[in-house]
Amino acid sequence: MAQVATMDHQFHVLAVDDSIIDRKLIERLLKTSSYQVTVVDSGSKALEYLGLSSDENEGVEIDHSHVREIGINLIITDYSMPGMTGYDLLRKIKGSSSLKDIPVIIMSSENVPSRINRCLEEGAEEFFLKPVQQSDMNRIKPHLMREKRQKVTPNSLKRKAMVECISPEKTRKYNNLCGIFWQNICE
Amino acid sequence: MEVGQLQRSFIEYMSSLFNEGFLDAQFSQLQQLQDESNPDFVVEVVSLFFEDSERLLNDLTMALDQPNVDFKQVDAHVHQLKGSSSSVGAQRVKNCCVPFRSVCEEKNTEACLRCLQQIKQEYLLVKNKLQTLFELEQQIVAAGGAIPMMQ
Repeated sequence: MAQVATMDHQFHVLAVDDSIIDRKLIERLLKTSSYQVTVVDSGSKALEYLGLSSDENEGVEIDHSHVREIGINLIITDYSMPGMTGYDLLRKIKGSSSLKDIPVIIMSSENVPSRINRCLEEGAEEFFLKPVQQSDMNRIKPHLMREKRQKVTPNSLKRKAMVECISPEKTRKYNNLCGIFWQNICE
Repeated sequence: MEVGQLQRSFIEYMSSLFNEGFLDAQFSQLQQLQDESNPDFVVEVVSLFFEDSERLLNDLTMALDQPNVDFKQVDAHVHQLKGSSSSVGAQRVKNCCVPFRSVCEEKNTEACLRCLQQIKQEYLLVKNKLQTLFELEQQIVAAGGAIPMMQ
């Protein structure tokens, strides 16, 4: 169980799940990996916390300064939730100029390839099959390390240069594949 | 009973729960998440599971008792129960949910009622066993012993 960061640079994860048992579990898992954790029980509460309006008007934002203060480094959400699904939440986050760069991980108890692909296409970094385990916590770190506030590594510079000429759509897919590739190398 | 004997009983009992399929590896995961800073983690999660399951089983009973059964709703409840039992490692309860969802899809009320009956039985069994396990733990602690870590 590697220590992720000192108290100064503790990463803050927002976890979203409608199941009280899974909320307790994910909170404990994240805390044992030394993350600061906020847990909410729905997509709309997550958006509220992130300072984003959850009504029909996509992209209507309430408070930019509030968002900066909150400082969420990663969002991990269940897929099947009543009302707003994890996928709906993912779309809202990726559709928001202030939130789109926050990495999002989707959790699901069902291993449905089309569902997984849909989420990855929409910009999710990872898909965790439930029940989430301690070993899954190791898969979170690489996504946090790519955060803007981290130092740029030679590898990421190379990757950026290579994808300059490709369309945004292909770049996103490429980045996702790279993420999976690098992560498999690191494991 | 002296501590050593209690501890042996505990290990035997715990092993039987795994061997007989009442608990699976996920329960071990919960145990691994328990430490000095969170000494009651397993009991807390399991207690939530008991509350949640009893609520769902009640909801299922009511839903299947309706003249026009809302199978979507029934399926939603079973899905939740499957998820929570999976998260705590209650393997037999989880396994009961799979056929339940099939007969739900077929909108077969009779078969659903049979599945519900089975799940209730399995739930009561595992609840009883886990409560026995926790009691054994308490007895060990009261006798001044440490609870054995299972591999």
